[in-house]
Amino acid sequence: MPLLWLTLIVLAIAGAGYVLGRSRALASAGGDSRHLHSLPSYYGANVALKSVVPAIGVMILWLLLQPLYVGSQVSGTIPDSAVAEGSSRSLVMAEVRRTADGLKNAVALGEMTTEFATDPDADLAEVTQSLKDAGQIVTADVTQDILRGAQKYRAMNATGYFVMSGLVILIALAGVFFGLRETQKEFRARNVVEAGLKAILIGAASIAILTTVGIVLSLVFNTLEFFRLYPFMDFFFGTKWAPSFSGRGGASDLGILPLLWGTFYISIVALTVAVPIGLFAAIYLSEYASPRLRAVAKPLLEVLAGIPTIVYGLFALLTVGPLLVKFFGDDGLGWMQSGTAVMTAGLVMGVMLIPFVSSLSDDIINAVPQAMRDGSYGLGATQSETIRQVVLPAALPGIVGAILLAASRAIGETMIVVLGAGAAARLSMNPFDAMTTVTAKIVSQLTGDADFASPEALVAFALGMTLFVLTLGLNVLALYIVRKYREQYE
Amino acid sequence: MTDATAQSPEPRKQSSLISSDARTAKRNAAEKRFRAYGLTAILMGLAFLVVLFVSIVRSGMPAFTRTVVDVEFVLTQEQFDASEKELFKTKAYSNLFIAELQDQLTASGLSIDFDAKAIERLLGKVGGTLREHYKANAADLGKPVQFELAASSRVDGYFKGRVSRDTLQDSRFLMLSDLDLVDALEEVGIIKQAFNWTFVTGADSGVDNPGGAGIGASVVGSFFMMIVVLVLSLPIGVAASIYLEEFAPQNRLTDLIEVNISNLAAVPSIVFGILGLAVFIQFMHLPQSAPLVGGLVLTLMTLPTIIISTRASLKSVPPSIRDAALGVGASKMQAVFHHVLPLAMPGILTGTIIGLAQALGETAPLLLIGMVGFVARGYPEGIVAGFTEANSAMPAQIYTWAARADVSFYEKAWGGIIVLLAFLLTMNIIAIILRRRFERRW
Repeated sequence: MPLLWLTLIVLAIAGAGYVLGRSRALASAGGDSRHLHSLPSYYGANVALKSVVPAIGVMILWLLLQPLYVGSQVSGTIPDSAVAEGSSRSLVMAEVRRTADGLKNAVALGEMTTEFATDPDADLAEVTQSLKDAGQIVTADVTQDILRGAQKYRAMNATGYFVMSGLVILIALAGVFFGLRETQKEFRARNVVEAGLKAILIGAASIAILTTVGIVLSLVFNTLEFFRLYPFMDFFFGTKWAPSFSGRGGASDLGILPLLWGTFYISIVALTVAVPIGLFAAIYLSEYASPRLRAVAKPLLEVLAGIPTIVYGLFALLTVGPLLVKFFGDDGLGWMQSGTAVMTAGLVMGVMLIPFVSSLSDDIINAVPQAMRDGSYGLGATQSETIRQVVLPAALPGIVGAILLAASRAIGETMIVVLGAGAAARLSMNPFDAMTTVTAKIVSQLTGDADFASPEALVAFALGMTLFVLTLGLNVLALYIVRKYREQYE
Repeated sequence: MTDATAQSPEPRKQSSLISSDARTAKRNAAEKRFRAYGLTAILMGLAFLVVLFVSIVRSGMPAFTRTVVDVEFVLTQEQFDASEKELFKTKAYSNLFIAELQDQLTASGLSIDFDAKAIERLLGKVGGTLREHYKANAADLGKPVQFELAASSRVDGYFKGRVSRDTLQDSRFLMLSDLDLVDALEEVGIIKQAFNWTFVTGADSGVDNPGGAGIGASVVGSFFMMIVVLVLSLPIGVAASIYLEEFAPQNRLTDLIEVNISNLAAVPSIVFGILGLAVFIQFMHLPQSAPLVGGLVLTLMTLPTIIISTRASLKSVPPSIRDAALGVGASKMQAVFHHVLPLAMPGILTGTIIGLAQALGETAPLLLIGMVGFVARGYPEGIVAGFTEANSAMPAQIYTWAARADVSFYEKAWGGIIVLLAFLLTMNIIAIILRRRFERRW
C-alpha cells in the first residue's frame, strides 16, 4: 500500500527535521541551551510539526477529493446511450469502478499484462473472460464504454496518486526548510509549538461536531432523495409496509405507521418490565442495602448493561421465544403463532434496560439531601413512608429523566428486535403477534445493498432520520430534566 | 384545676409502647412489604443474569466439542497400489476402511453388521479423506495411523441431544439402524467426543456444513477492527478531553462541542451504521465489509464514551498538581502534558478498555456496512489485507449463524457468544486490575 509508505516517508522527513532543528538551534546558541528562548526540543518539534501537519492534511484532503473529481470526469465521458433504460448513471459508474478494480487486481495477480489492461481497443470478450479467470467479480459482459471508462478511471487515479505522493513529499520537505530557516536562538519556539498543539487539540474536540454534521448530512440528503421518489404524506401516514424489491420503483407501500407502532409497543413492554424492577432495585440499593450487599449487587446488575445486544438477541430468539410459545402457543393458550413476537423482544429488552433505570435512579436518590429524610423520621414516619412521601417526590424529575433515557435506548435498540420481534409489519394489539420496528427495517432494507437508487433502499435513510429525531428529542428532554434537577440540590 | 381536666375532650386512648396497636402493625407490615419488593427486584435482576449465563453456557458448550471416529488404520503398499488401479478409487479405500472397522468391532466382542452406505451416513465420504492422506504422506504406508474423522452433523446431534431415537425419521442422512451402530462404536470407544479445534480456529463454512464452521477468522477481523479503534480513538479522545477539560474557554464553541458529545453518547448505534454507509462507502468508496471501515464507524461510536471517562479522570487530578507545576515555571501545556496526563493515565486506559469492549460487542452498525453478507472463508493474507479485505467480525458472525435456517448453526452461535464474552471478560478484568493497581485517591 503506497499510502502507508507515503506516511512513513513523511514521518521520516519530520523526524530528520526534528534532529536538524534541534541541532541548528543549539548551534545558533553556541552549544549552550541557556541562551535559547525555549528548550532545544521545542525547536525540533517546531520543524517536525511544520512538516507533518500540512503534508498529512494535504494528503487527507486529496484522498477525499480525488474520487469525486475522477468520478465526475469519467462520468462525463460516458455517453447517454451507454446508460440503459431503467438504469441510472450512478449504476453505470459503479460498474466502471468495479471493472477498474478488477483490472487492477488482475494485473496485481499477474493474470493480465499491464499493456492488455490499458489497451483501449482490447477485445471485450477476452477482457471479460480474463477478468473472470482472475477471480474478479464481473456482473455482466464489459461493454466498450465501460471498458474505456474503467481504463480512464484507472489512468486518472494512477496519475492522481503519483502527483499526490510528489506533492506531499514536497510539502513535507518545504515545511522542514521553512522551519529550519526560522530556527535561531531568539525564536519563540515553545509558544509556536504550544499554539500548534492547541490547534490540534481543538481539531480533535471538533470531531464530535463533525460526526453530528456527518450524521445529519448523510440522513438529510438521502431522505430528500427518497421524498423525491416517494410521496411525503404516504410515508408518514401510510398504514401499510410492503416493499417490493422485484419491480424497481414499482408498487411498494412504505408507510411508517406499522413500524412506529411496533417500536412503541415493544418499548412499552420493555419499560413495564424495566421500570418497576429497576426502580425498586434502586430504592433498595440506596436506602436499605448494607454496604456489602451494595458493593456486590450494583456491579452485578450493571453487568446486564455491559452484555452485547447480540447476546440478548440470541437469548430472545432461542430461549425466551420457545419458552413463551410453550405457554402461550397452540399447545397452551393459543395466543402465539411463533417464537418471535412483541412479548419476546419486549421482555428481553426490559431485562437489558434494568441497569439503565436502576443505576441512574440510584444516583439521583442518593443526591436527595439526608436532612429531608431526617425531618421525616423525626415526625415519626417509617422508612418506607419516608421514601414514598419524601424521597421519591423529591427525586421524581430525575427518575423521569432516567426513564426517558431508557425509553430512548429501547427505541434505538436493534439486535434484540431484529432477532426477537419478527419481520412482519402489522398494526395489531396482540402482544404475542410478530411485529417489526424502525430499526429492524433499516437493517433489512440496507443489508448487503450498495445501490441507493431505489426508494426501497432510500427509505432506510428516512427511517433513520425519524429514529434520530425521536431519540434526540427524548435525550435532550431527559438531559434537560436531569440537569435541572441536579442544580436544585447543589 | 380539676375543672380544667374535666372540661378537656375525650382523653387519648392509652396505648402501650410494648404491645403495638393495629395501625402500627399495619404500618410495620407495609414497611416489611416495601422492603421485600425492593429485595425481590434485585433478586429478579440477578436471577435474569444467572438464567442468561446458564443458558449461554449450556447451549454454547457443545459447540466446543465434536464427535469423532477414532480409528487406527493400516494400509499396506500392496493395498495402496491395488486401490489406485481400481476404477472407483475412493470406493476401494472405503471398503478397506469398513473391513478394518468390522475387524476391530469383532475383536472387541461386538458383532454388528453395517454396509458402506451406513458409514457414509456416519462419516461422509471416508475414502476420499483416506486417499488424500496416503497420497500426501506415502511414508505412512504399512504403518498404523490414527485417524480422527469428524462424524456427520446428525450423529453429532445424536450425542448432543439434538437428535433422538424417538424423533429421528429414516432419511438418506441418517437411519434409525445407524444409531445402533453408533451406540456399538461408542461402547468400544471408537466414536467419542473431542475438543473442536475447527470451531476455535476455523473460518465460516457454507450453509450446508455446520460442522466445519469456526469463529477464528472473524476473531481476526474483530482484532483488526479493534486496532483501528484503539489507534484512532485513544489519541483523539485524549486530545479532545484535554482541550475541553483544561483549555476550553466558556464560549459558544465549547458549549456546542459539549452538547454534541453528550448527545452522540446516546445516539442509537444503528445511526452510526447509516453514517458509515453514507460517508465511508457511498461517498468515499472505501471497501465494503472491510475491518478498516468497521473500525472507523466504531471509533466514532466509542469516542463519546472515551471522552467522558477521560474527562472524569482528568478532573480527579487535584488542582494543586497543576498549581505546583505552574509555580515552578512550567507553561500550561507543560503542566498538563508532563504532570496531569501521566497521573490521569490509569483512569484513561481503564475508560478506553471499557470503550473498546463496548465496541467489540457492537453489531448493528456492522450489519449496515456489509460485514454480514460476507462469508469469512479464510484468514487475511498479511497485515494490510487484514485492514482492507472483506472480513467478518465476531458479533456479525454470530448474527449470521443465528439467521441461518439450519438448527445446528444455533449451537455455533451460542459457542461464538462464549468466545465473545470471554474476550469481553478479559478486557474488563484488565480494566479492573489497572484501576485497582494504579488508581490514586487524593
